[in-house]
Amino acid sequence: MAIQFIVNGKPQSVDVPPNMPLLWVLRDTLGMTGTKFGCGMALCGACTVHLEGEAIRSCITPVSGVAGKKITTIEGLSPDRSHPVQRAWIEVDVPQCGYCQSGQIMSAAALLAQNAKPSDSDIDDAMKGNICRCGTYQRIRQAVHRAAELHKASAKPSRLEGTEDALNEQAVEVGGAA
Amino acid sequence: MSAGTTTGMNRRGFLKTSAAGAASLIVGFYLPGRFEALAATPAGAEPASLNAWMLISPDDSVKIMIDKSEMGQGILTALCMIAAEELDCDWKKIHTEFAPAAKEYFNPAFGMQGTGGSSSVRSSWDPMRKAGAAARDMLLQAAATQWKVDKSACRTENGVIYHDATKRKLTYGNVAAAAAMLPVPQDVPLKDPKQYRIVGKPTKRLDTPDKVNGRAEFGIDVRRPEMLYAMVLRCPVFGGKVASFDATKAKAVPGVKNVVEISRGIAVVADNTWSAMQGRRALDVKWDEGPNANASSESISQLYADQMSKPGAEARKEGDAASALAGAAQKIEAVYEVPYLAHATMEPINCTADVRADRVDVWAPTQFQTMAQGMAAKSSGLKPENAFIHTTYLGGGFGRKAGTDFVIEAVETSKAIGKPVKLTWSREDDMQHDYYRPASYAKLAAGIGADGWPVAWTTRVACSSIMEAWFPGSTKNNLDPTSVEGVATLPYSIPNIYVDYVRTEPGIPVGFWRSVGASQNGFFSECFMDELAVAGKKDPYEFRRRLLDKAPRLHGVLELAAQKAGWDKPLAAGRYRGIAVLEAFQSYAAQVVEISVDRKARTVKVHRVVCAVDVGRVVNPANIVMQSESAIVYGLSSGLYGAITIAKGRVEQTNFNNYQVLRMDAMPVIETYIVPSEEKPTGAGELAVPPLVPALCNAIFAATGKRIRRLPIRAEDLA
Repeated sequence: MAIQFIVNGKPQSVDVPPNMPLLWVLRDTLGMTGTKFGCGMALCGACTVHLEGEAIRSCITPVSGVAGKKITTIEGLSPDRSHPVQRAWIEVDVPQCGYCQSGQIMSAAALLAQNAKPSDSDIDDAMKGNICRCGTYQRIRQAVHRAAELHKASAKPSRLEGTEDALNEQAVEVGGAA
Repeated sequence: MSAGTTTGMNRRGFLKTSAAGAASLIVGFYLPGRFEALAATPAGAEPASLNAWMLISPDDSVKIMIDKSEMGQGILTALCMIAAEELDCDWKKIHTEFAPAAKEYFNPAFGMQGTGGSSSVRSSWDPMRKAGAAARDMLLQAAATQWKVDKSACRTENGVIYHDATKRKLTYGNVAAAAAMLPVPQDVPLKDPKQYRIVGKPTKRLDTPDKVNGRAEFGIDVRRPEMLYAMVLRCPVFGGKVASFDATKAKAVPGVKNVVEISRGIAVVADNTWSAMQGRRALDVKWDEGPNANASSESISQLYADQMSKPGAEARKEGDAASALAGAAQKIEAVYEVPYLAHATMEPINCTADVRADRVDVWAPTQFQTMAQGMAAKSSGLKPENAFIHTTYLGGGFGRKAGTDFVIEAVETSKAIGKPVKLTWSREDDMQHDYYRPASYAKLAAGIGADGWPVAWTTRVACSSIMEAWFPGSTKNNLDPTSVEGVATLPYSIPNIYVDYVRTEPGIPVGFWRSVGASQNGFFSECFMDELAVAGKKDPYEFRRRLLDKAPRLHGVLELAAQKAGWDKPLAAGRYRGIAVLEAFQSYAAQVVEISVDRKARTVKVHRVVCAVDVGRVVNPANIVMQSESAIVYGLSSGLYGAITIAKGRVEQTNFNNYQVLRMDAMPVIETYIVPSEEKPTGAGELAVPPLVPALCNAIFAATGKRIRRLPIRAEDLA
């Protein structure tokens, strides 16, 4: 039976086993490969996406669990790398191999959505579930602080919330047409 | 900026060989219309190839062919910097493409196309500069010919050619097609480094924009029309094989399309990765576990210990160490030991293969294109010239992706089922079927004179030979230099030195792990040096500094690290520090690690690592800093947590829960300092791994008085 949910504002309907993790639905069924496979056990964070704005590990989330809900992946964080976290990541030149960075960015974006000015220890708590074997942690820390500044300095009331609102509007529109 | 990297190849890339490149052409690589990048190119706008690395389009965009694998070490950007410096093109108009497997792209360090041994900048520095200079000369000549003026009256600046006398100008794109028809000039003078405007400047990575929005394509992201997904079940015991299997239940799993036996195990093929995993779980297999079924970490350690009484292959001999030891005022001895280590790249091992009657295509995160090509040919039964390697971004490499095991598995599976197949390894597969950093065992002895200075040093090392495992017959007299690098290369002025190696093969697959032999031998030698300093009642820094009187570049990094760390100043209460210095791959690094130890909780916290490096002339200082941080984190993971242990011939670790790596909450502050140098540039990707663990263990000794001679660091070491 088909399972329906919304990815980056676009309704999706997939006919897959209900226990298939969201990660593989995104990557193999929908062809959205920005979300990465790293461990399959929620140990490394490479597969992090947002479920209704909360960071989750898609590798252990059965697709049946997201039916009717809204998912945001790295591809949908912004259309043009304009999310404060992406801007900060570019400014600080965070990635090396880059493989873990989708998950790092999604975790950081979820952190900033809840905590506009995280301390180092807030960053440790929010980001320690995301492994980077290239060891980009020092720049990740710096970039999270920078993203918080960019977020605050943004001309719009809140860039992060703005993105989320735009997503909601889009979802409603598309949902209405469906 | 257009920094997108596409796979695929332009035939014209092969029509012109560079001044530095080999002359052989492999025109068979080109299949018209196959690649999207070409299909999107409007007629008549095909880029002109100035040499094997540089193609310029009428719109002035410059494509640089990247013949090294980008696995996080920043080589894509470094190669573009070197090329752009001599080509004098507009940095903002550069885009890149990963090169196919071809002789033009052989790495002179290996005689093959491949990335490793921190050799990329070292080996590309001259060819890339010469190619850039020759290409610029051709562009100048083409403009001069068009203007009917002398080339010497023209100049270039940022991708534009000027004839100042007549105030005319042409862009590189305007004349590229004409330039490409010219003969490649030989021995074009290279720039004076004083005029460099790109090399030596901190430069942002060109691959960052595609790595913040999910666009960068790693091997695991490759999708081909009609592609199926495979997972392979391998014998858990090294050297074992399939005795028999029943695929009935596996084939009943929804989505599973096929189950085939291949040389390395049983491949389950499905219409998605998840179904392939479920199908694999449902396989019923009987294994022939082979001769290693009883191997254990303990038995391997004992095997090594037994070798210590046997003479090995001589790796270094200076003076008469045995006599000097016997006559020394003080003699100290120690046994050091390290376990196997997994690479644990963030991108699990994978490979996509499409075997057809007349060609085999492989998309892979490979570090060794030539070996991948050879293995794709062998496994498909086709000729190497019909094996096409499409290198993707690598989600980490660290030496692991030099292997061809994943190429063999994907090609054999695609051949068996007659469809394109993406093979993906689980994290458990990755942990349990790696080519591990060898477990190694060493006995060290030193003689110290009455004045506290060393008079003799001996080391006997026992471990597997990586070179013999990968390139049988490549070593001489049973001496694998990689097994002793970091100790046979001892840089200190000690008059009598003897180092030998007892090759010992416990049957566990081994391979190149970031910094290779220096990763363990650096631990042995730099911790033992600390033992000598303490025995001789010397400060560990002063002790090293004085004994490095004949190693000026090591002396330089040691002094810089100590100065920046404030070695001469007291530490805050509860803080301790250790120091280590090593050469690796013709580069030099010293580190000071600052820690505190909670002896009740039996934990260590690393607060700060100061790292000084000398890599010769620096291409991208920003990247040297990144690589130092990266290597320090890699070293910390190995020292604090890293152990692959063996029981019943199997690896006991499975995933990041029992093979831990450093996380954000344990990250120290890292400071990197670069020694200015005009020596030839060398590599930085591995350099900062080896000093970290000994500097850390020396700091722990300073805190606890306990010597750590076995890795990883255990709770009882901190009590």
